[in-house]
Amino acid sequence: MKKKKVVMNAEGIERSLTRIAHEILERNKGTDNLIVIGIRRGGVSLAERLCEKLSAIEGAEIMSGTLDITLYRDDALTTGKRPALEGTYIPFPLDHKRVILVDDVLFTGRTIRAAMDALMDFGRPELIQLAVLIDRGHRELPIRADFIGETLPSSLWENISVNLTDNGSEDEVVIEEG
Amino acid sequence: MPTGTKGGSHPQGRQTGVSLSDRRLEGTMNLSKKDMLEIRDLSPEEIDLILNTAASFKEISTRTIKKVPTLRGKTVITLFFEASTRTRTSFEIAAKRLSADTINISASTSSVLKGETLMDTARNLEAMNPDIIVIRHSAAGAAHILAGLLKQSIINAGDGAHEHPTQALLDMLTIREKKGSIEGLKIAIVGDIAHSRVARSNIYGLTKMGAKVVICGPAMMIPREIERMGVEVCYTMKDALQDADVVMMLRMQLERQEKNLFPSLREYAQYFSLNRDNIRLAKNDVIVMHPGPINRGVEITSEIADGPSSVILEQVTNGVAVRMALLYLLSGGVK
Repeated sequence: MKKKKVVMNAEGIERSLTRIAHEILERNKGTDNLIVIGIRRGGVSLAERLCEKLSAIEGAEIMSGTLDITLYRDDALTTGKRPALEGTYIPFPLDHKRVILVDDVLFTGRTIRAAMDALMDFGRPELIQLAVLIDRGHRELPIRADFIGETLPSSLWENISVNLTDNGSEDEVVIEEG
Repeated sequence: MPTGTKGGSHPQGRQTGVSLSDRRLEGTMNLSKKDMLEIRDLSPEEIDLILNTAASFKEISTRTIKKVPTLRGKTVITLFFEASTRTRTSFEIAAKRLSADTINISASTSSVLKGETLMDTARNLEAMNPDIIVIRHSAAGAAHILAGLLKQSIINAGDGAHEHPTQALLDMLTIREKKGSIEGLKIAIVGDIAHSRVARSNIYGLTKMGAKVVICGPAMMIPREIERMGVEVCYTMKDALQDADVVMMLRMQLERQEKNLFPSLREYAQYFSLNRDNIRLAKNDVIVMHPGPINRGVEITSEIADGPSSVILEQVTNGVAVRMALLYLLSGGVK
């Protein structure tokens, strides 16, 4: 049986997201032109939660979208199997917007490279900032996150999963041997 | 419910050769085919995969920048030995929106006029290393011959009176969008069934997806023993249209008619055109489809073709999405 270790529980995730929300507001001086975009699949529910927190703190509506980066991957045609396309939903231009890009785990950086290429096809944002719950290292591209829940040094053979439940009570981040 | 996993995507950590995490691959499937030749050899699961992929691709065509980089560096050749506006343009737009390079060859401007055979044309094209060849030809089986001969992926864009798989797929996508599901619907296909590759591909596809397919047309345009394809045959519009959810009108293919299959177009229109009177027999929310080009006043009146039940132009829009999905699913990956 594979070894499994819970490295972050529901309370930990909740606190991290609250802190990140405050950091985003501090860095951007409020919610003007702010747009939150979650990367499918792991970033989507985190982006929703972050959006709720930002709205609650500032009392303002914040627009959000979801991004499917499959078609922008650098291995889109070379992987044996392909993830099912789930579609992108960004029904507004990103010109002059401050985009908060959200993903669950930052690893090689290749997903973020693909996501930034995709975002540029929706306009010219004023800036893009990256928020992730876990930074596990092992970057293969010169990419870093602006907001990080937790930095978690890991070995390449380990898997890190962020498991979010609908009501949030059993959320956890798990590290297991690959 | 797990929402994400990241792992094993570093070359040193790669054991299976698959650089995506296992969890992200849940519910995924590949089209394990080199070519797209006919609906007949597709499974319902494969049809679902193509339609789901196409549904995701629709969004790209609504963007300001209508392009994704997925097929960068791939070359798609469209080889058309028969006239076409819609299908050829649709394939070209689909390929371009995926960033592939496209080259169009039509018989009227090619060495076919100088007497080159299909085989020689194909071998010469192959020597230029394209990745996908889209072919339309008046001979049934032309695409199959190329598929057996060439290492490239071949997409059948219509071969004689045999099949036109991408048309059936775009029709199924349109029906699914409008009706939610294909299963259980009564779908009437009306016209010259015997000469229609659109009818043949749709009959294979729609029956596989669980629809009740009714075909209708003059007796000499209904192939014998067509019931064996799982359809019901009607000889009057009244029977065909009664309570139909979908009516698919076929183009009267004047160029394929041997002489005198019917006495006159006028008489045909009298019995088999879709008009404001007979459409009332269908369900209130019936959708009217036509693969185009329309012979206005022959198989369908302008009033109906341009009316609120018509989804004819949405079929064209969906055609681009379906072709994008096929180009994507047939490119790269494991063959």
